[in-house]
Amino acid sequence: MSYVIEGKTGSWEIVVGLEVHAQVVSKSKLFSGASTTFGAEPNSQVSLIDAAFPGMLPVINKECVVQAVRTGLGLNARINLESRFDRKNYFYADLPQGYQISQFAHPIVGEGTIEIELSSGETRKIGITRLHMEQDAGKLIHDQDPTKSMVDLNRAGVALMEIVSEPDIREPEEAGAYLRKLRQILRYLGTCDGNMEEGSMRADVNVSVRKAGEPFRTRCEIKNVNSIRFVMQAIEVEAARQVEIWENGGEVDQETRLFDAARGETRTMRSKEDAHDYRYFPDPDLLPLVIEQGWVDALKAALPELPDAKRTRFQSDYGIPFYDAGVLVAEQSVADFYETIAKGRDGKLAVSWVTGDLFAALNRTGKTIETSPVSAEALGKMLDLIADGTINGKIAKEVFEDMVETGEGPDAIVEKKGLRQVTDTGVIDAAIDAVMAKNADKVTEYRSGKDKLFGFFVGQVMKETKGKANPALVNDALKAKLDG
Amino acid sequence: MSLDLATTRRIAKLARIGLEDAELETVRQKLDGILGWVDQLSEVDVEGVPPMVGTETEALRQRDDAVTDGNCRDAILSCAPEKSGPFYTVPKVVE
Amino acid sequence: MLTGLTLTEARAGLAARKFSARELAQAHLDAIGRLNTQLNAYITVISEQDVLAAADAADARYASGDARLMDGLPVGVKDLFCTKGVKTTAASKILANFVPPYESSVTARLLEAGSVFLGKTNLDEFAMGSANITSAFGSVLNPWKRQGDDSALVPGGSSGGSAAAVAAGLALAATGTDTGGSIRQPAAFCGIVGLKPTYGRCSRWGTIAFASSLDQAGPMTRSVADAGLMLEAMAGFDEKDSTSSNRPVPEFSKAVGKSVKGLRVGIPAEYRAPGMPEEIAKMWEQGIAWLREAGCEVVDVSLPHTKYGLATYYIIAPAECSSNLARYDGIRFGERKDAATLDGIYERTRAEGFGQEVRNRILMGTYVLSAGYYDAYYLKAQKVRTLIKRDFVQAFEQVDVLLTPTAPSAAFAQGENMDDPVQMYLNDIFTVPASMAGVPAMSVPVGLDSRGLPLGLQIIGRHFDEETVLSVGGALEAAAGFAHKPALHAEAGV
Repeated sequence: MSYVIEGKTGSWEIVVGLEVHAQVVSKSKLFSGASTTFGAEPNSQVSLIDAAFPGMLPVINKECVVQAVRTGLGLNARINLESRFDRKNYFYADLPQGYQISQFAHPIVGEGTIEIELSSGETRKIGITRLHMEQDAGKLIHDQDPTKSMVDLNRAGVALMEIVSEPDIREPEEAGAYLRKLRQILRYLGTCDGNMEEGSMRADVNVSVRKAGEPFRTRCEIKNVNSIRFVMQAIEVEAARQVEIWENGGEVDQETRLFDAARGETRTMRSKEDAHDYRYFPDPDLLPLVIEQGWVDALKAALPELPDAKRTRFQSDYGIPFYDAGVLVAEQSVADFYETIAKGRDGKLAVSWVTGDLFAALNRTGKTIETSPVSAEALGKMLDLIADGTINGKIAKEVFEDMVETGEGPDAIVEKKGLRQVTDTGVIDAAIDAVMAKNADKVTEYRSGKDKLFGFFVGQVMKETKGKANPALVNDALKAKLDG
Repeated sequence: MSLDLATTRRIAKLARIGLEDAELETVRQKLDGILGWVDQLSEVDVEGVPPMVGTETEALRQRDDAVTDGNCRDAILSCAPEKSGPFYTVPKVVE
Repeated sequence: MLTGLTLTEARAGLAARKFSARELAQAHLDAIGRLNTQLNAYITVISEQDVLAAADAADARYASGDARLMDGLPVGVKDLFCTKGVKTTAASKILANFVPPYESSVTARLLEAGSVFLGKTNLDEFAMGSANITSAFGSVLNPWKRQGDDSALVPGGSSGGSAAAVAAGLALAATGTDTGGSIRQPAAFCGIVGLKPTYGRCSRWGTIAFASSLDQAGPMTRSVADAGLMLEAMAGFDEKDSTSSNRPVPEFSKAVGKSVKGLRVGIPAEYRAPGMPEEIAKMWEQGIAWLREAGCEVVDVSLPHTKYGLATYYIIAPAECSSNLARYDGIRFGERKDAATLDGIYERTRAEGFGQEVRNRILMGTYVLSAGYYDAYYLKAQKVRTLIKRDFVQAFEQVDVLLTPTAPSAAFAQGENMDDPVQMYLNDIFTVPASMAGVPAMSVPVGLDSRGLPLGLQIIGRHFDEETVLSVGGALEAAAGFAHKPALHAEAGV
């Protein structure tokens, strides 16, 4: 184990399991027809069902079931053809029903795995325990009044998938890699947008520490951590806190804690201090959810290619290195962009343009791949111009910068600026003659054995032709003239 | 199983029903009597019997994903004992 | 007189223009004005203006020849159905001023069928009770009296206000809800017909929930044919209720009067409870004899888990209620008792807003679901419930319906059975098993006991076979010829 905490009494390893709440991409809520759009006016996307008015009843959204099953398939997990909804009973101002409808005893998805890659290049498999559907709670706003909290139920009832990992994670870095990989899969599937800032993906982090070979010790749950970086930090500080308690002869209490990013520490969550007894029982308003294997198979057949498979295929289809393929598939939009360019062209050249010049240009202009000023088609066209000898690689850089700036196609730019590569040997010969005439001394030096000057002559010829000469032709002709 | 006062208090807390100790004792006695009576179920052999779920007469129907509801803030706030602008309000909660 | 009609008679009278819907409605408003102070059957009476406007609309449809199933028929609505713009209390302080911005599916269907709502009838708080003594708005008085005894009798519960109103001529019919007998037992106590349909037959959307896996709305009427007619208007698939059945709704009223010759009627041995009053046993024997005369084949059957029905019910129903009633927290609707903290608001609002019986059931339900007790109580009860349901399924392989008494006694006096909750719960002993199994069951008044109080018999049918229940009920009604009126009645002493 590479990550250990060296304490006074020896080395400690950390044990981490993650419970990720991922908001399902759907138009309406899990059990009501109210909209799920983010950022609406407070309480405007609330139905009588979401506000738990007397006599209101839940009816499940089919799309949420589809999304949960697709996610399960994407996690290589077992799909349970019969699952059930339970009520998790507790009182809180953001929970109108006084219970959350969740799947406790019979989740829709069982065991699966995620493969993560660490910076060392090593890969690990992290087990998925289960995935279940449940309702999100509303939101409390504390900063509008000194004595009151405001209740906004727009989010109440939105479908969540809770994805629970096995306690397989042993390093903060693994937790980060797991979350990035999970988010990548969810985005590929289109089942969750993975946006942690808007709260559509949140993590509860279970942390404990132990000496090597020991059974698990008491864990603490850090609730609602909303960025990957904070998850990693929270694990570090929480593990350190626990080691200190154990080493000073104390006991770690099993409790729910909050991560305070500003102070870089975790603290007890006061509202959850009560010993919990959720009194789960099957929701009598809902019958068991029964789906058919054939239906699951059809969803499976229609799944998009997922990142791991795409990465392998990119390596073999386009002959690019594993690392580059990983960079490309990190975001599906990038992978698609790349593939549009690479298809039928030089894959290696394509990857260097996408991850090099294009990424730099996006960075510089504050754009994303979706808003890129250069379309994949245009960039592909430019590679064609290189391939067919219309322009050379050096001129291509100039053309590309023009494309970023003007949004014009490469053809137009080449024509407009007259950048077409010079392949007329007469023109090239004339340029060589002119250069040799101007540099008679250097010609003499070269001929007396100073081979290194060859590069100087190439540069001068290119300059003479404003960079447009075909470098291969220049090389051949120059060699012939100098040596002759 | 006989019900003690501490358990009764814990149950009342879970159910968020605020009862004084004297009331709790009355409740304890009532519930204890009922629990003694329902203990008759212990004589029923349920080996291998599944628990009843729903009434098992129909399968769960699933609705199409469409926005058909919400956008009725006035209605959902119309019955609130206390509100402020577009919000329900509660005493400040510390998380 | 107009207040003494059946729905069927009134419908015919309106169609023949013998009287108008306005006259019919006015007669009922007058009767309510005279008797409701005594009976306390209604918590809310709808304004005369609104009632008459609805009646006028019905009259217009009769005039234009497009009258609907229940057009112009004045009915009472149990105050558990949410009614848009009309206060809906569940007989609880916690909802004392709750005016729903929506209409329950069942009442919406009744309105669509042309019914004229008179008001919201009293009930046990949140439908929890068998005597209508737990209402925050006062007890309902049974319009019947024992001979030579003026004691105030209970109307049964929880739909006691509906039963009393129908019996006393304050509505031609009323809606009820039945969780463990709340339609059938008060119907028996007040000498009317009460039908609990199959679970899933009537939508639960917009009806305030007590125990979701058991709650079922149904009609309370003066005749079996009326029960069929009104059920036809109330029933039907509702996409807003996941437990609503999408089976087609038959013309239930046509089932009444159909020959019952050759039908097999089961007599469950286990309902011959030790200590059953002689008069109840006699009435049951009489009912068996009537059905035999009508051509039914009488078969002895066994429902071995009957005796566990009540204990099972008093675990499952409180468990569901403890969760269903968590939403009454003083935040979004209903009464709030202020406090400095959120928990303080919850605890005060719920301690003061709920009456004692409701609080006890919530606590009971919380207990049986709590960690360490779930398996012993709730899970065990759900397994026993499976056995109870199997009993019925097996019995219905042999017979078409079952015949039992509805309740173990006639109406009792207010103050009796009050101290021991278990004693009170025993009222539901014959009605609970059918609720547990989800099968339809109906109480039909068949006679009076020696003190002049009505007694009912219960017909239980197969899942979704209300028609056979109605046919057999019709035969029983015809044979019994029950035409007695209670002491307090709109037609008496006018």
